[in-house]
Amino acid sequence: MAKVPVQFTLNGAEKAEFIDSGTTLLHALRDKIGDTSPKGGCHQGTCGACSVIIDGELRLSCLTLAETCNGAAITTTSGLSEGGVLHPLQRAFLDAFATQCGFCTPGMIMAAKVLLDHTPNPSRDEVVEALSGNICRCTGYEPIIQAVLTAARSNSQNAA
Amino acid sequence: MALALQTFSTVKDANAALKATGTRYLGGGTLVVRAANEGDVSISSFVRSTEPSQSAITVSGGTVRIGASVTMAAIARHPDLGTLTRAARAVGGPAIRNMATVGGNLFAPTPYGDFTVALLALDATVSTDGGDLPIETFLAKRDGSHAIVTSVGFALPPQGGFRFLKVSRIKPKGISVLSIAAVLEQAADGTVSAARIALGCMADRPMRAKAAEKALLGRKLTSDGIAPALAVASEGTSPTTDPIASAWYRAQVLPVHLGRLLLGQVAGMETKA
Amino acid sequence: MELRKNYFADQRKDDLHEIGQPRPRSDSPGHVTGKTAYFADRNFPGMLHLKMVRSPHHHARIRSIDTSEAEKHPGVVNILTAKDVPHNVYTILILIQIGPEDETVLADGKVRWKGEAVVAVLAETERAAQEAAAKVKVDYEVLPAVFDMEEALKPGAPIVNEYHGQNHYLYDSGECRKVRFGDVEAGFAGADHILEQTYQSSPIEHAPTETTGCIVAPEGNDRFTCYTNTQAMFFTLDNASIILQMPGNKLHFVGGTVGGGFGGKVDVIVEPIAILGAKLTGRPVSFIYSREEEMQISSPRAAEKVVIKDGVMKDGRIVARKVTGYTDAGAYSRHSPYGAQKGAGHYPGPYTIPNVWIDTYCVYTNRTPSSAMRGFGVTIGDFALEVQMDKLARLIGMDPLEFRFVNAYRDGDMKAHRQPTEGAALIECMQEASRAANWPVAEKYMAMSSYAKGA
Repeated sequence: MAKVPVQFTLNGAEKAEFIDSGTTLLHALRDKIGDTSPKGGCHQGTCGACSVIIDGELRLSCLTLAETCNGAAITTTSGLSEGGVLHPLQRAFLDAFATQCGFCTPGMIMAAKVLLDHTPNPSRDEVVEALSGNICRCTGYEPIIQAVLTAARSNSQNAA
Repeated sequence: MALALQTFSTVKDANAALKATGTRYLGGGTLVVRAANEGDVSISSFVRSTEPSQSAITVSGGTVRIGASVTMAAIARHPDLGTLTRAARAVGGPAIRNMATVGGNLFAPTPYGDFTVALLALDATVSTDGGDLPIETFLAKRDGSHAIVTSVGFALPPQGGFRFLKVSRIKPKGISVLSIAAVLEQAADGTVSAARIALGCMADRPMRAKAAEKALLGRKLTSDGIAPALAVASEGTSPTTDPIASAWYRAQVLPVHLGRLLLGQVAGMETKA
Repeated sequence: MELRKNYFADQRKDDLHEIGQPRPRSDSPGHVTGKTAYFADRNFPGMLHLKMVRSPHHHARIRSIDTSEAEKHPGVVNILTAKDVPHNVYTILILIQIGPEDETVLADGKVRWKGEAVVAVLAETERAAQEAAAKVKVDYEVLPAVFDMEEALKPGAPIVNEYHGQNHYLYDSGECRKVRFGDVEAGFAGADHILEQTYQSSPIEHAPTETTGCIVAPEGNDRFTCYTNTQAMFFTLDNASIILQMPGNKLHFVGGTVGGGFGGKVDVIVEPIAILGAKLTGRPVSFIYSREEEMQISSPRAAEKVVIKDGVMKDGRIVARKVTGYTDAGAYSRHSPYGAQKGAGHYPGPYTIPNVWIDTYCVYTNRTPSSAMRGFGVTIGDFALEVQMDKLARLIGMDPLEFRFVNAYRDGDMKAHRQPTEGAALIECMQEASRAANWPVAEKYMAMSSYAKGA
């Protein structure tokens, strides 16, 4: 089995691994690098639980081959809090009861982060659209939508 | 056999590699990586090309050329392709749109392939390393095709001349019950002088509604005017039954939605200049 | 949120400090930082992957199974068939003496639903397991199948499950669970109106975002640790102990956060075969459902059919109710005999009706076995009952909410299964709902109480 090298930054830290060619990024992150925050819910691009940010864009790590990420900057939910301080989205998800089983949460936070990075003050419709590729079976979405709107407000207050 | 990825810097070399058994061309991964994840053991090797021309969008003199590796998200945000935003955004959710490519969409089986429905109505030309094909011919022969698609090209329709509608049960992101694209030209008196209508989910791949197109000629876009077209809308269709909708349901609602599209009764649709 | 303390104020001390107060969930910090550990967030060196060869037929006899080519496939470590499972025929509710054992861990001689597990392949990688599974040859003789409950109950229907001998569960009360209260025929005879309606539902999949699965690690001392997302830890441990004929102290089950369950993770399906694989290979084993397996193989909520016949008076009183309920268990019992029984207890609804007759059947068909899901046995029944209540109200020209006040059970009322009503609060809930929904009802209903009749 041919091993191939992959090298990228994960949440700002350099990572290099030898992996089997054809390995998905999800598999590489979880089983080789040990970041289990992206979840495998469907492995077919439907649920969004494996969402990560690659070079600023939201991607599904279950459908992305790790080899195609050489040189990329990858962000996952496990890398959002700094020095034990929660990211405003994490804080808002926690405060707004936007988690139940928690399995969709890391992917939801990734999708929300990309939205707020580009659209700091989104409308409710924009939030719904941004989260539309992520399935939650517990909450009925409303607390999640509210959490993202709350995080956006707290961001803009901090900026002011 | 374990899976592997082979990357080539030219389409020509990638095409050569694709001649081996078990190889599949890798675009955005939303079709072939999915298939491999789901246990399609006929796939043993992914082949991709990184030739830069496949990632380019050029718009000049009313003609558009979109490289096969261009993503739905790139089309949706391109300033000169506002006409196609709606169709590009009809594909998947935000993450899928950052990955799914034009080239891949041409191969997406029903109920996917909404953007190809748009390309079919635009009468696009599909370019491969081996030459160009009209999209209708390409779609008919796509199953046996081994040639890598390099780009699609089409003439931009006049402002307001292109209409697109995706019908899904879940909004904003849902799989198609059906999708419809239409390119209409109207004479000064409002009668239709040329029409191309493409349908998604009404067969195993996007198809033209030629009987409806013919029935629209010389008619006005009014309830009475479009009635003959709606009456023949399902001619030649063989809609699929899947978890989204039954063939019967798709056949029943096609004239309803085609009517709304032709009459401009679709929310958010801009039909006027 | 608003907590109304004026209801039943005399029944409790007003010293609630937690109820009505928002409190952070203890698991949220782990969820939002991606640190919560789910069963699959583990990776053991040398871990094998289990893939199941499944029946492509709804009902078939297995003539032969040939695993010779699959065994030779690179990366394959072991292949398991029915003969490898110590106690292959089981049923999960045997723990509470609800038999007979009617389901196979791996199919033995016959398959009874499309997707049934036949052969388990253990390999070094998921891919190798998938490839080898494709090389297993099973020769089937396809048998007639039955998918409709009424067809299944007809004489001469194909027998789905020989362990039962007929296409319904046999309760101690006979072919169905029965409730008999008063004289239902006399009730109908004296009623002003009769309304008989049929309600039906389809199976519903829980579709948790995390699929069913487990990872088993041998501890090296004949003991096995099973990391699982079961919703029924000890229930699974005990059933695994029976199936594997291993004492419970050899099995260490580790649960934790479940990525969505909704009742879909209470069957004992992945754990016993994964533990067996770990035992026979001496290696850690991962058996995780694909999304397709979760949707097609895991038990859904049962399809149900409910026939309700009510006798009602012009003044709103329901005087007789006859219900026949059918629960589609699919090919095997799992939790469905219990679900059907729950229905029998539930069908009068929260209403006081003097004459009640209830029959509920647990029916076997060649469909995916159904099992637990959020209020199974009552949820579909409630849908049917409350739609029926609206129809009855319309029939006699009464406001649907007032109609429910007339029939609501109150403390001291005898329920159809002969338990006197205690602690009823339906009247008060409807009074509050009437205010909150701005759906006014006559003052006499707002003055009612669950405590006493005629108040």
